[in-house]
Amino acid sequence: MRKRNSVIRLSFSYLTLIILAVCALYPSIWVVVSSFRPGGSLYSKNFWPETWTLDHYEKLFTGTQYTFGVWYANTFKIAIFTMIFSVLLMTLSMYALSRFRFRGRQTMLTIMLILGMFPSFMSMIAIYIILLQLNLLDTHFAMILVYSAGAALGGFIVKGYFDTIPRSLDESARIDGATHLQVFLKIMLPLSKPILTFVALTSFTGVWGDFIFARLVLRSKDNYTVAVGMYELIASQTNSNFTLFAAGCVIIAIPITILFLFLQRFLVQGLTAGAMKG
Amino acid sequence: MKRHRNIAALLSVALQGLGQLYNRQWLKGIIFLCVHAFGLYYLVPRLGNAIWGLVTLGETTQKFVRVGKGTQLIKGDHSIFLMLEGIITILVLLVFLLIYALNVYDAYQNGKKRDEGKGVPKFADSWNHATVKHFPYFMLFIPVIGVLFFTIMPILFSIMLAFTNYSAPNNIPPANLVDWVGFQSFIDLLQMKSWSKTFYGLLFWTIIWAVLATVTCYFGGILVALLVESKGIRFKKLWRTIFIIPYAIPQLISLLVMRNLFNAKFGPINQYFAYFGLDGLPWLTDPFWAKVTLIVVNMWIGIPVSMLLAMGVLTAIPRDLYEAAEVDGATSFQKFKIITMPYLLFATAPILITQFAGNINNFNVIYLMTGGGPPKGEYQFAGSTDLLVTWLFNLTLVNNKYNMSAAIGILIFIIIASISIFSFRRTKSFKEEDMLS
Repeated sequence: MRKRNSVIRLSFSYLTLIILAVCALYPSIWVVVSSFRPGGSLYSKNFWPETWTLDHYEKLFTGTQYTFGVWYANTFKIAIFTMIFSVLLMTLSMYALSRFRFRGRQTMLTIMLILGMFPSFMSMIAIYIILLQLNLLDTHFAMILVYSAGAALGGFIVKGYFDTIPRSLDESARIDGATHLQVFLKIMLPLSKPILTFVALTSFTGVWGDFIFARLVLRSKDNYTVAVGMYELIASQTNSNFTLFAAGCVIIAIPITILFLFLQRFLVQGLTAGAMKG
Repeated sequence: MKRHRNIAALLSVALQGLGQLYNRQWLKGIIFLCVHAFGLYYLVPRLGNAIWGLVTLGETTQKFVRVGKGTQLIKGDHSIFLMLEGIITILVLLVFLLIYALNVYDAYQNGKKRDEGKGVPKFADSWNHATVKHFPYFMLFIPVIGVLFFTIMPILFSIMLAFTNYSAPNNIPPANLVDWVGFQSFIDLLQMKSWSKTFYGLLFWTIIWAVLATVTCYFGGILVALLVESKGIRFKKLWRTIFIIPYAIPQLISLLVMRNLFNAKFGPINQYFAYFGLDGLPWLTDPFWAKVTLIVVNMWIGIPVSMLLAMGVLTAIPRDLYEAAEVDGATSFQKFKIITMPYLLFATAPILITQFAGNINNFNVIYLMTGGGPPKGEYQFAGSTDLLVTWLFNLTLVNNKYNMSAAIGILIFIIIASISIFSFRRTKSFKEEDMLS
């Protein structure tokens, strides 16, 4: 009797899991399939196309109207630099805030917390005017600058993780004559690999996904990031460009998704550590 | 003997670096002198103008003057540039004064060392001292400057905008001047009928949205995690990987895809409905169904994160708790009710608050799915699914009602800040100084 119950329970669980999995995967599969479908329209009679084509991928990179390759390279460049600078600024400042007790520390943490509560768009107009004054509009440098400048504010996760690393480790290294910088490089960084991976990954992918600020700053088509390009592509004529858009989605999403799945272990650790510690 | 310390300090008050030179710290003195020279060079021509600009926001508008046959444009004051330059100059002044104070303090301390008969440290020594003892300040210098100029200053600027009449169509520089108007924007927003109707309507929907979005994702995630981790389920890792995929795809992409998926005319969802002989639903164009769609799509995006978190907690529950319960003869349902659930809820409760605050400002889902639509006639520049943030965004970039959007930003801040303070006081983490320690 008991065994039969558990069989029923298990099959019910599996059924739910399968339904959920279909829901989770369906949009992605649909987009991948659409990207191989001939013609441009969103509407199609069948889920599986009768013939498959690589035209849209080809058009993305060779077409004159949408210079996808250029956008891709732009985004990659901005994302890499943003990632490097953000991680650098974030870890350095959070190391200081986690390990040292100095005057003004409490104030700084409180200010960080308060600044995080303002809607981020509030600062947009001012940043726009500053960039205008500095003659930096429509440049990638401006994007990297603004993305990295605010990075330290998102560092609570890193600080939370640093806090969990026992202080006795760095104290003993200090006694052995290591400088603060050596302690940071040789002890803290290697021990905080999960959180560094997490932060690096999120700041890298953040650039791929942000189109609000990018659209505000980048004006000429040659300077677009993929986010701006894709938005323009789909926002103008939904039904006639859809397959092209789908192909673009696939090309953007595949590397990032693989990166995420590949670094899954770090992701879970980073997310949990950060969230639990606030 | 207090001779040296007083002279050094006084000299440093008179001119940065002079006290250091008096203390025979040549390199340091020269560095301070350079800072001083640069500061004066920057500040002197600007400071008076900055204060005038901040107080008056400009006095003359641009006008056309007849020159011979044609007309010539005489540039007037640009209130917004004046305001921004004013803030920047004041911030630079503050940084300058801070360095000034440090310089006087340093001269005094080294003078004291001389009074006490100790030698003053050489430059290399002070450099070492500074990088060891004041190490955190060195580490924080660049991030702080970045945050100061690209976060704090813009926010200050926006807060000030809320107290001006900077809005289309009558007060847009350079054609017109902008003036300080005190709390007028807030009064309009809360009391003038056309604005207040939109504001309260959107506030109501924002709160409903934040509650629903948070609760559905949170419990959805916990349920999925429990299901995957429950006894007898095989291929746990595979299931987990499948359920992470929505989180791994960049949000911009998945939202734009969803928008097409739910397209009422051509989208596949309605096509399936038609296949089963049902009428399609106006997923994104009907006020009620648009809200439902948004919540569902948000679940699709948000559940993976909650699931990962819940899984992390589940593996951290000590096994001996379950063993003890088994010894006492607890059924699996009892174990779940007495151990698993309380543990999960307790460990993940702080996330609820951050997610709630995040959902109030959840711009992407709304903007990319419906763009605030479908439009609602009685609203001022907003549609029926607009949140306060998306309204703020549109007011800024589309309608140029800068003062109103700044006022809304401040109100959003007040809402989020009070929720956070209220909950931090109640959660244990605040007392255990997790957050601010």
